[in-house]
Amino acid sequence: MKVLVAVKRVVDFNVKVRPKADGSDVDTANVKMSINPFCEIAVEEAVRLKEKGVVSEIVAVSMGPKQCQEQIRTALALGADRGILVETDAELQPLAVAKCLKAIADKEEPQLVILGKQSIDGDNNQTGQMLGALTGMGQGTFASEVVVEDGSVKVTREVDGGLQTVSLKLPAIVTTDLRLNEPRYASLPNIMKAKKKPLDTTSPEELGVDVTPRTTTLKVEPPAERQAGVKVASVDELLEKLKNEAKVIQ
Amino acid sequence: MSILVIAEHDNAEIKGATLNTVAAAKAIGGDIHILVAGAECGAAAEAAARIDGVAKVLVADNAGYEHQLAENVAKLVADLGGDYSHILAPATTTGKNMLPRVAALLDVQPISDILAVESADTFKRPIYAGNVIATVQSSDTTKVITVRTTAFDAAVAEGGSAAVETVDIAEDAGVSSFVGEELAVSDRPELTSAKVVISGGRGMQNGDNFEMLYKLADKLGAAVGASRAAVDAGFVPNDMQVGQTGKIVAPDLYIAVGISGAIQHLAGMKDSKVIVAINKDEEAPIFSVADYGLVADLFDAVPELETKL
Repeated sequence: MKVLVAVKRVVDFNVKVRPKADGSDVDTANVKMSINPFCEIAVEEAVRLKEKGVVSEIVAVSMGPKQCQEQIRTALALGADRGILVETDAELQPLAVAKCLKAIADKEEPQLVILGKQSIDGDNNQTGQMLGALTGMGQGTFASEVVVEDGSVKVTREVDGGLQTVSLKLPAIVTTDLRLNEPRYASLPNIMKAKKKPLDTTSPEELGVDVTPRTTTLKVEPPAERQAGVKVASVDELLEKLKNEAKVIQ
Repeated sequence: MSILVIAEHDNAEIKGATLNTVAAAKAIGGDIHILVAGAECGAAAEAAARIDGVAKVLVADNAGYEHQLAENVAKLVADLGGDYSHILAPATTTGKNMLPRVAALLDVQPISDILAVESADTFKRPIYAGNVIATVQSSDTTKVITVRTTAFDAAVAEGGSAAVETVDIAEDAGVSSFVGEELAVSDRPELTSAKVVISGGRGMQNGDNFEMLYKLADKLGAAVGASRAAVDAGFVPNDMQVGQTGKIVAPDLYIAVGISGAIQHLAGMKDSKVIVAINKDEEAPIFSVADYGLVADLFDAVPELETKL
């Protein structure tokens, strides 16, 4: 069966981003860009399913400027078979991304769509669920285990109280949580091979999707800074401060 | 304006997160209705009707809603929600699972995890793991929003007397089913609502050593959490994780034990009123946010603290 994996280009997780001085946006000039860590887990899961013989083809999709090809190539180096770039310089919000993915899913007819549960830039945690609504597919969000069965997939989900397992009819959507797997490193030969794998380019217009943003960011600012407090010398001093100064224990 | 709040409940009781979400609805202003979708959820609906400031409770009592399967509940909420100015749910795993699905059915771009209400269409929310706060304005007719519960003081659970109305819509998308769950059972308070939280990190070395924290927690009436490092190392289960991708907590007192203070952990606890850090590495970043830092070996300090309390 075919799997569609969505990968997003984001500011690398090691970079601490800051708002621009005028507060209009975050400053992403000259910062390192990478594949979103949750998307990397999604690719890894698809590759493992392929290695198990459950999956026959993995298609990696990304959206945004031309440079998103780099993240598709990363996915191809990890084991995806071909890539699709939905190229646009427009701002893409999750609803628009979900609509583009729906258009691609209509064409490609995957049995499984695997996405990261959220991207580490916008932290929205929306796209997979919205793709579920648009396609009518069931969703297994925040997955920590995925087992494909005959005509269905069993997904164990990380929920507030512990774990929940649901069964979804195929085709279905899975969004990955951190503990689903540990992604491999791409080997040099695979990075070289990835350069020769097919990568098609399309656009929101070609897919018939209106990507006009529905929300406007009025400003961005740093969060209220927390001041470092004092070091205490002993457990006794700590207890004294908590009782008499902070008054949080009796 | 009228606001639909999606209740978080277990069919018998309303969860605390619902009260924080009602508080966010009050900050927006307008008639507040609560939807209780579940199975045999009459008791939860009655509890919802007593929440201060709620005008109406809608109850959809159907087997298809028992486990809050997003595919079914989202259809129901979309059926009901189109005429509301706002649809709100807590940013819990249940709310985050279901609400974007509602938004897409209504062709709305949702707004996740709001921290503050600036006006009826403008909200503050964290991006980049809380390192940046964005002020976002929505142009959609219906605003679909999840609420970061720690950012809003809970509405009063008693005193209201809202009308309870039955909704006779049975949505079954037919694509998903509940298989089972493994929920942590604990006598300690819930992490997200506890007044005191004690968290352990990689410095705990193994799961057995968390016993020390449980003992301390029982003396303080505290909940016990963990850093991602401790969860990834297999010391404790995932539902204990505090951080950007785990639970967001803001207790009166947060005690970080053997936690270095990675950005993603700080994002989950830095709004706590008082933070205590116990770590033997005095350079650990956790000390930069701690009100009281104790540079000490946790294996000495924690038992001493417990004995002296």
